[in-house]
Amino acid sequence: MIGGMSRIVRTMTTLIFGFILVYGFYVIAHGHISPGGGFQGGAIVASAFALLLVTYGTDQIQSYLSKDLLSILESTGLVLFITFAFLGLGATFFYNFVSNSGGLFGSPTTIGVNPGDLNTGGTIALMNMAVGLEVLAALGVIVLTMSVAAETIQKKEKQ
Amino acid sequence: MIGNFPFIAVIILIGLGVYSLLFKKNLIKIAIGLTLIESGVNLFLIALGFRKGAVAPIYTQAPEGVKMVLPTPQALCLTSIVIGVATTALILSIVMVIYQKYGTINTDEIRRLRG
Amino acid sequence: MNSILLHAPALIIALPLLAAFITPILGRFNRKTISWLATCVLGLTLLLTIFVARQVLTHGPIVYVFGATETGLTLPFGYTMPIRIIFQIDAMGIFMGLITSLVAFLAAIYSISYMEQHTGLDKYYTLLLLLATSMFGMELTGDIFNFFVFFEIASISSVALIAFRSTISGEPAEAGLKYMVVSSISALMVLFAIGLFYGQYDALNMATIASVMQFTQLDKIALILLVTVLAMKAGSVPMHMWTPDAYSEAPAAITMILVAASQASLYALFRIVFSIYNVTLNTVTVGWILIILGVLSMFIGVTMAIIQKDIKRLMAYHSISQTGYMLLGVGVGLAVLTNPVALESFGIKAMEGGIFHIINNALYKGLLFLTAGAIFLRTDTRDLNKMGGLAHNMTYTTIFYIIGAAAIAGIPPFNGFASKLIIYESVYRFNPLLAIIAMLVSVLTLASFVKVFHSAFLGPRLEQYKSVQEVPKSMIIAMAVLSCLIVFFGLFPNLIVKYIVHPAVMALINQAHYTATILGGI
Repeated sequence: MIGGMSRIVRTMTTLIFGFILVYGFYVIAHGHISPGGGFQGGAIVASAFALLLVTYGTDQIQSYLSKDLLSILESTGLVLFITFAFLGLGATFFYNFVSNSGGLFGSPTTIGVNPGDLNTGGTIALMNMAVGLEVLAALGVIVLTMSVAAETIQKKEKQ
Repeated sequence: MIGNFPFIAVIILIGLGVYSLLFKKNLIKIAIGLTLIESGVNLFLIALGFRKGAVAPIYTQAPEGVKMVLPTPQALCLTSIVIGVATTALILSIVMVIYQKYGTINTDEIRRLRG
Repeated sequence: MNSILLHAPALIIALPLLAAFITPILGRFNRKTISWLATCVLGLTLLLTIFVARQVLTHGPIVYVFGATETGLTLPFGYTMPIRIIFQIDAMGIFMGLITSLVAFLAAIYSISYMEQHTGLDKYYTLLLLLATSMFGMELTGDIFNFFVFFEIASISSVALIAFRSTISGEPAEAGLKYMVVSSISALMVLFAIGLFYGQYDALNMATIASVMQFTQLDKIALILLVTVLAMKAGSVPMHMWTPDAYSEAPAAITMILVAASQASLYALFRIVFSIYNVTLNTVTVGWILIILGVLSMFIGVTMAIIQKDIKRLMAYHSISQTGYMLLGVGVGLAVLTNPVALESFGIKAMEGGIFHIINNALYKGLLFLTAGAIFLRTDTRDLNKMGGLAHNMTYTTIFYIIGAAAIAGIPPFNGFASKLIIYESVYRFNPLLAIIAMLVSVLTLASFVKVFHSAFLGPRLEQYKSVQEVPKSMIIAMAVLSCLIVFFGLFPNLIVKYIVHPAVMALINQAHYTATILGGI
């Protein structure tokens, strides 16, 4: 893993990387109207990070993917999630207060077979985004930490 | 009979998982055994949610007049998968720490806590 | 103010959860504040729990429906079974909630000084708060799948806490791995049993399952799975191999919470046997199974403890043996559940003893582990052979240790005596042999703690511990609070039994009331 992989793999990774990211964010954003959601989308984005780590090696990637930044993102996602739950306290904890209110994400759902509107679902959509942020950051941290640890073990064994 | 196939697969998966937990000495293989049991349980939950002739509960894509299945077993399974990812990640990171400290992942050699 | 009180059941888990997620962000700016944040939040949670307990004990069970338009709306119009996640808080649940919040609060106070020198404090407090949250969840929830989720969160956070010291040596990681494998299997088997319930009754709410329970062949399998894995997580004897490792390797404050966490599993075992199955199962057989598990735990736990040289490992084996008392008391209650005369004359009494022992054990076991932590902080060893003469320098710790040891050995006027006496009296009328074994175990416990006292605290002042000082204030405060509670519980046991323990026992026995809280119709 130390030196990174061959030129072919690197070129393909640079090509694919953006598409994986876009797909991951698509899954997060459409979590409330199609299969998928925050966790699944976040996992897809984190797999893009894993791809980068495998192809370029840990040393090069660490300057782009900062562990500190990712952990802050992780906590922010979690705090956002629990805040949306707290905001429902007018009725009960986790009450979907945005749904059918007419605001952002507050449109009523159309009945029957249709492509589905993105701005429905109330807090479900918002919580999906918070969870997506949390999962992509958390899995990113895990992948990064593990590859750093694996590298130190490898270096130790070579000596 | 054909309807019972998923449950037979569940038993086989859980059995294989328990086998590797009990008889394998390698910590990574023990982690794999846990994941196998987990897949077995998830398959069991999903198989429980199957109803003949019903469609997936996606509100905007279900045709008129066809029944939807109750999404509860799928939600249970999804939660269990998410938890399983966390468990596996934690086990693997602990295994890495053990390898760093002891230089081996064979369960026979890492038993310092006994008695 | 009123709305805070209305939402108190949700806030009990929501506040520690929020604090757990804020901690890493706060820890970046100021490392010192996070320990105070955790302590304050857990103190607030303790107040909320006491408030909810007062409400439950005076006005009856509370339900809280997450995500509904009203907090008490269990059955929305047109539904015959509840569909949302429901918290169902009765006297037994809040009894455990009180233990959890007290223990978690004191652990946070203790950790302020105890963990001061460690790195990664933000992670420590996040995990501690998560562990507290998940224990509250396990104890207050009325939904069996929700229970599984909190069960898993509890295992994951406690494993990470057990392995917290693995930067120094490999043993904590080893103990953590053992606990992780045990708890993953338990959780998966719980999930399998939940699948069996759901497949038959299409319900996940415990009260709903209880109301339609048929006790078919599949329910028997589910019962076996649940009893086995929950007894394993509670640290009962044939499945106790994880307990000494996990308890001895975790930081002292965490060990105290782990004791409460394994009691939460014990609570879940009682809840499932009493509230879901109740009289549909063969109560005599299952009761005797619990009794036998209890007697084995008592006896093997204490005999293994006598030969230990590691102070925390010794205490860990004692906590296995104390779990036996609870299983014995409640098992006797279960065995006579279908016999109203016996239940009235000694069954309820035995269960009161078992349940009372849960809170007593949490207090004195917590105190003992905290004193062991204090010794470890100052001498940097857990080996009894290397200690000696600590009473000269650590006066307060010695006094707290004596109180804890006297309480666990069942010496009056401490709380261990109160609950053990109730157990002896009632179990003697059920089967004299069991009571005699229980007393014998108590004597052996005393012997073992006298040994620890002798080798750790008595003797001449040792050369290497000449400069040892008393532990910092926050640790003394935590231990002092526990000691005061132990003495108070020992002096006024009737008060505690009458106002807290008896309602909890009645909530367990009375299944009809449990189901009616959700489904209506009393």
